[in-house]
Amino acid sequence: MTKITSRKELEQYRKNLQKQKGSKNITISVCAGTGCLALKAQEVVDNFREEIKKHKLSANVEVKEAGCPGFCEKGALVVIHPEEINYIKVQPEDVAEIVSETIVKKKVIPRLLYTDPHSTKPIKKESDIPFYKHQKRILLGNNMKIDSKNIDDYILYGGYSALAKALFDMKPEEVLEEVKKSNLRGRGGGGFPTGRKWETTRNAQSDKKYVIVNCDEGDPGAFMDRALMEGNPHLVLEGLMIGGYAIGANEGFVYVRQEYPLAVENTEIAIKKLEELGLLGKNILGSGFDFTITVHRGAGAFVSGESSALMSAIEGRVGEPRPKYIHTAVSGLWNKPTCLNNVETWANVPLIINNGAAWFQKIGTENSKGTKIFSLVGKVNNTGLVEVPMGTTLREIIYTIGGGVPNGKKFKAVQTGGPSGGCLPEKYLDLPVDFDELYKVGSMMGSGGMIVMDEDTCMVDIARYFVNFLSQESCGKCIPCREGLRHMLRILNDLTTGEATEDDVKLLEELSEVVQLSSLCALGQSAPNPVLSTLQYFRDEYQAHINGECPAKVCKGLLTFTIDAAKCTGCGLCMKNCPVEAITGEKKTVHHINSDICIKCGNCYEVCKFNAVQKATGKQKKVVSVERR
Amino acid sequence: MGTVSLTIDGKTIQIEEGKTVLHAAQKAGIEIPTLCHHDQLEPYGACRLCMVEIEKNNRKKLVASCCYPVENGLIVRTKTDSVDKIRKMLIELLLSNCPSGEHVEMAKKYGITQSRFKQADTPESPCSLCGLCVRYCNEIKKEHAVCFVGRGVDRAVALVPGVSDVCKTCRACFSVCDAGKIVYLVDMVQDISCPPLRPMKKQ
Repeated sequence: MTKITSRKELEQYRKNLQKQKGSKNITISVCAGTGCLALKAQEVVDNFREEIKKHKLSANVEVKEAGCPGFCEKGALVVIHPEEINYIKVQPEDVAEIVSETIVKKKVIPRLLYTDPHSTKPIKKESDIPFYKHQKRILLGNNMKIDSKNIDDYILYGGYSALAKALFDMKPEEVLEEVKKSNLRGRGGGGFPTGRKWETTRNAQSDKKYVIVNCDEGDPGAFMDRALMEGNPHLVLEGLMIGGYAIGANEGFVYVRQEYPLAVENTEIAIKKLEELGLLGKNILGSGFDFTITVHRGAGAFVSGESSALMSAIEGRVGEPRPKYIHTAVSGLWNKPTCLNNVETWANVPLIINNGAAWFQKIGTENSKGTKIFSLVGKVNNTGLVEVPMGTTLREIIYTIGGGVPNGKKFKAVQTGGPSGGCLPEKYLDLPVDFDELYKVGSMMGSGGMIVMDEDTCMVDIARYFVNFLSQESCGKCIPCREGLRHMLRILNDLTTGEATEDDVKLLEELSEVVQLSSLCALGQSAPNPVLSTLQYFRDEYQAHINGECPAKVCKGLLTFTIDAAKCTGCGLCMKNCPVEAITGEKKTVHHINSDICIKCGNCYEVCKFNAVQKATGKQKKVVSVERR
Repeated sequence: MGTVSLTIDGKTIQIEEGKTVLHAAQKAGIEIPTLCHHDQLEPYGACRLCMVEIEKNNRKKLVASCCYPVENGLIVRTKTDSVDKIRKMLIELLLSNCPSGEHVEMAKKYGITQSRFKQADTPESPCSLCGLCVRYCNEIKKEHAVCFVGRGVDRAVALVPGVSDVCKTCRACFSVCDAGKIVYLVDMVQDISCPPLRPMKKQ
C-alpha cells in the first residue's frame, strides 16, 4: 500500500475510490455487528457472495459486511443500495431468493420487508421505517454503508477530511475553540463540557500528554459504544487524532473491554490500516503532527470504566479508582496530563470540525447539544440503538421509535443511565431527555442505557437486581461502597422474601444517602440511585413487600402457586415440568401443588394451557418472621 | 514550595503547599479519625472516615481530608451534621462484621454501642481491609508479598504465592496492622497456598 503523505494525496485517493465505486452500482449491505452475527449474518454474507458469483454479477454487485445500524430486534439486517430496500430477519436460506428476485429481476420480496404493526403495511425503504424515520443518525447513519474492516469505505464517505482540515486549516487552539463553541458534553455519563476538559489538559504543563478512548461499556443492556467501535472505528479514531492535535498529545489509547472481541478486532485492524496508509505515525499528511494509537484490552471490570481506575489498568495495575482531587486531565496516566473521553464523545469531533460548531449547536436543547445514542431494551417492541437529538421525549423514544410496550401490557417505568441511573414512572414520559432534565428528576443520562419495564416488573426486585450487579462490580476499595452495598443488598433481599420491616427500609434510605455522599468514585456515589428513585416513585411497592405482598407477583419468596380445581383437566403437563416433584395427581384428575416442596420457579404457571395454575401473593405463614418479632 | 493559609474549624493554619487537609488538621491539633492513613504511605482514601466539609467559592463539598491538597483560603469544617452522620454509619458498617480494631474505640467516642446492620452473610473477619499491610509491603518494603484478591464484597487480603516466603521473617507490616490482624494471616500461612483472610464466595 502506498503511503498518503499530503492532504492533496488524500483527496486524490478519495477521488480514485469514487471512480472505482462507480462501476459497482449495487451494494448489498449485511449488518455484521455482534447482534446480527449471532443471528447467522456471517452465513448470510457468505451465501450472498456465492450467489453473486453464481449469477456472474460480481462486476456489478458488491457485498458488504457493514456496521450495526441499530435495529437489532430484527436481525439479520440486509439493505440493498441504491434503492435502500430493507430486509429484516434474513436467514441464510433466503439469500438465493433475494439474489434471483431482487437483484436480478428487481422484484421486492414482501415477506422479508418490515411490516408496520399499526398500518399493517409492508415498508420497502429503510428510511421509511418508523424506527429509523424518527431518528437523527449523524453518528450511526454511515454504519450500514461502511465495511468497518475496510478503511477505503470510510475515506470514500469523507473520512479523515476533518483531520486534514484541523491539521492544515486550523491551529490547535482553533480546534479547541471550535469544540468549546459546540458545547459538546461528555457522553460517558457525567456530561462535563468536553472543550473545557480538553483545555485543562492542553494548559497543563508537561512534556508528555495522553488521550484515551473509553470503550469499557459494562452496563447491563447497553451496547452503543460497542456498536460504534465495531461499526465505524475510524470515526472514533479520527476524533481521537483531532483531539490529540488540539490538546498537544502524541499518544492515544483505546481502552476496549475484552468482552467486545469484535470491537477489539476492528479497532486493531483500523489502526493497522491507518499505519499502512501513513495516516498514523510520524508527520501525518506531511503536517508535522505525530500520533500513535495503542489498543488496551480491559479485563472486564465495570469499575474500570471510571477514568482513574481505567488509567491504573493501562499502567498495568489493578483497575481501582484513585481520589481525583487533582483531575486526571492534569495528572492522569503515569501522572501526566490525560484527556479521557467516551467513544461517542470522540465520534462527534470529526462531525463538529467538518460541519462547524454552529451546525452542531442547532441540534439538541439549550444546554445539551447534538444527538445521543440510546440502547433501547427491555419491554419494548423495537429494541436496538436509537440516535435522537437531545431533548427528544421519552414517549417519542419508547412509543414512536420503540413501538411501545409489547403484548398490550402497561408501561410501568423506564430506567435511564444504566445500573446507576434512576427508574422514572409514567408521569415523566413527556420529559425531554437531556443531561439536566434527567438529573432533575433523580435519574441521569449515564452512557445512554434505557431499559423499559412493563406492569409485570417488581420495582423492589429491579432495585435489588441493580444493587446486586454493582456490589459484584464494585472494586471494594472504600468502605461505603463495599460494606454499604453489601448491606443495601441484604435489606433488598429481605424485602423480596418478606422479611424486612419498616425500620429496615428507613435504614436502607439512610445508608443509600451515606453511600452516595461518601464513596470514593462515581460507581459508589451513583449506586444508590436505583434504590432512591424507586423509593421516590414506587414507595407503595416497598410498603407492600413489608406487608408480605409483591404486587407484580415477581418476588418468589412472596408467591404461592395453587391449582384451580375447576380449571384443571389433569393433563399432567405441570407435573412433568415441575423440577422438584411438588405436583401430584393422577391423569385426568385434579392436580395438587405441595407448597412445602414448591420452589416457586413458575414453570407450572408458564406451561398450563388452561390457566389452572394460580399465582397469588400475600402474607406467608413464615415461622421466621414470627420469631423475629 | 510556598506556604498556604486555610481555616479548619475556625482556626487559621499556615502549612506548606502540597500537604493535605489532614496534615493541616493534625498540625493544628484537630482530631480527624482515620483507619487507612499512614504518614509514610501515599494517600489512599479508602476508609472515608476522615471526610470533612470544605467550602470554596461559597460552594460546599464533602471530601476525604487525607487526599485533599491544601489551598489558600480554604474553609474546612470537621464536625458537621453530614460529616458526623457519615462517620457514624461507616463505623456501624465496620462493626457489623469486623468485631475488633480501632473503629471499636471510635464507636465509643461517637456513642455507638451496637450496629443497626445485621451480621453479613460472610463470616466475621478480623480485617477491615484498610490496606495498610498491602501498601506498606509494596511502598516501603518493596516486597509486593501482600495483596488484595477478589473484588467488591469479596475483597480480601492474601499473600502472594511464590513471594510470601519473605513474610515468615520480614513481618514489617505487623507494625501497621490495626489490632494485629495480619499476624493472623501470616501465621496461618505455612506455605504458598494462602487462604485469604475473608473467605472468598463459593462458586
